[in-house]
Amino acid sequence: MNNAHPGLPEFDYIKPATLAEASQFLVQHENESRPFMGGTDIIVRMRDGFWKDKYLVEVKHLEGMTSIHFDPVKGLTIGAATSMNNVAAHPDIQRYYPLLAEAANSVASYQLRNRATVVGNICNASPAGDTTGASMVLGGVLSVHGAGGLRTEPLTTFFLGPGKTVLKPGDIVTAITFPIPPKGWAGKYIKLGRNALSDLSIVGVTVLGYPDAATKSGYRFHIVLASVAPVPFVAAAAEAVLAEKTISDDVLDAAAAAAMDGCKPIDDVRSSARYRKLMVRNLTRKALDEVWTKIK
Amino acid sequence: MSTHKITVKINGGLEQVEVPSNMSLLSMLREKLALTGVKNGCAAGECGACTIMMNGEPVNSCMVLAVEADGAELVTVEGLTTEGKLDAIQEALIDKNAVQCGFCTPGILISANALLTRNPNPSETEIREALVGNLCRCTGYIRIIEAVKAAVEMHKEEA
Ligand SMILES: Cc1cc2nc3c(=O)[nH]c(=O)nc-3n(C[C@@H](O)[C@@H](O)[C@H](O)COP(=O)(O)OP(=O)(O)OC[C@H]3O[C@@H](n4cnc5c(N)ncnc54)[C@H](O)[C@@H]3O)c2cc1C
Ligand code: FES
Ligand code: FES
Repeated sequence: MNNAHPGLPEFDYIKPATLAEASQFLVQHENESRPFMGGTDIIVRMRDGFWKDKYLVEVKHLEGMTSIHFDPVKGLTIGAATSMNNVAAHPDIQRYYPLLAEAANSVASYQLRNRATVVGNICNASPAGDTTGASMVLGGVLSVHGAGGLRTEPLTTFFLGPGKTVLKPGDIVTAITFPIPPKGWAGKYIKLGRNALSDLSIVGVTVLGYPDAATKSGYRFHIVLASVAPVPFVAAAAEAVLAEKTISDDVLDAAAAAAMDGCKPIDDVRSSARYRKLMVRNLTRKALDEVWTKIK
Repeated sequence: MSTHKITVKINGGLEQVEVPSNMSLLSMLREKLALTGVKNGCAAGECGACTIMMNGEPVNSCMVLAVEADGAELVTVEGLTTEGKLDAIQEALIDKNAVQCGFCTPGILISANALLTRNPNPSETEIREALVGNLCRCTGYIRIIEAVKAAVEMHKEEA
């Protein structure tokens, strides 16, 4: 297509019959192949010339990749190739994990969410990924099929840098699982974009809070910030403030300030670093307020 | 580069097409099947001009590889009319003067149709959310939203 955007470069589309075959192919073609899911990052990156893979390996059709299963004891399992719309619309997810549905619904547009997946969003490891924060605060763990068989990878140690994760050649994430959320929890995702709907985040704030007898304050909060660091940023200092001190307006203020002080955002096309920092404080405060009102 | 022989059900008919691995579904529809109602505005998933129905759900056809459509059921704007008769949303867009250059219109029609299929009585917010991925550089959107609302009323009267 001879318009301002060039067409896609040449590659071969491969459709293996089994996970074992797919992992083997990916190992044999290290550095020139990758798993192909919704393609919403891959097609853009290939067309713009950033990625030059010779092979795209279809994995959406492989066993278990699109099923969703909820068990009241074990929790939730979402097949990796489940579209964001199917995640957001699933009754068990709306009922027991509404934060995840909210995060999925904040991505791009309805059409795009029919292709984009939560697991692809996570594997792409963009610090702006909208579903990463919710997946982290809800305790998400990835099931991975690699050259050496099956293993699990918790999200807490998954991200190494922008676009970099612990996944190795041959690794295919088959599902993401979540434990039953803590009793009495509430969560909030606030996404600040350049427009009200559909843009990538300037800053994203995910907060989850619940009563916890093991902390001094009697509550525990998990806070993950998007677009303020090379990886999704856990606001540990703010979490500590909220675990230690009896919660009051002043303590919520202090936690929001700690979140701001802890992150080191950059200037880019979407925003200046300074604006990001101030928005981290204000939006963390706002999200904390909403969550606190629900759980206190 | 490998090519693939695929079969798609499109606007009710069956088509067999041979496509290279790197061909987008958008290119296939326009260049192999001459369905030029599907528009290429950005080829990047941003504008929605290429929106079509794939297995009952709207997708950006620029964000799908043609080979992935093997066995799929597709509907483009060309498939919305039955025996030359426009559907309710098409009529409403005309009535409300919601078409200027018309480049965004096929995508708007598909997105709005998909919305009314999954939610026959959407609120204005739901209409706006459903059309977030369909950019229009001409109309300022107000008339488009009004037209979708009018189509909802037309459906109610028919029912
Ligand atoms: C117009 C547009 C707007 C967007 N807006 C937003 C937004 O508002 N918020 C947001 O967060 N994102 C946004 N995105 C990006 C978002 O669509 C992607 O991050 C998406 O979630 C990735 O999922 P996918 O299935 O399309 O992944 P793909 O593009 O198929 O893959 C992405 C990467 O992850 C790897 N990968 C995927 N699945 C697996 C797996 N199972 N195992 C191992 N590796 C895997 C791939 O090899 C590739 O490197 C936007 C994209 C576009 C085009
Ligand atoms: S051409 Fe597909 S979204 Fe713009
Ligand atoms: S009428 Fe021209 S882009 Fe919408």
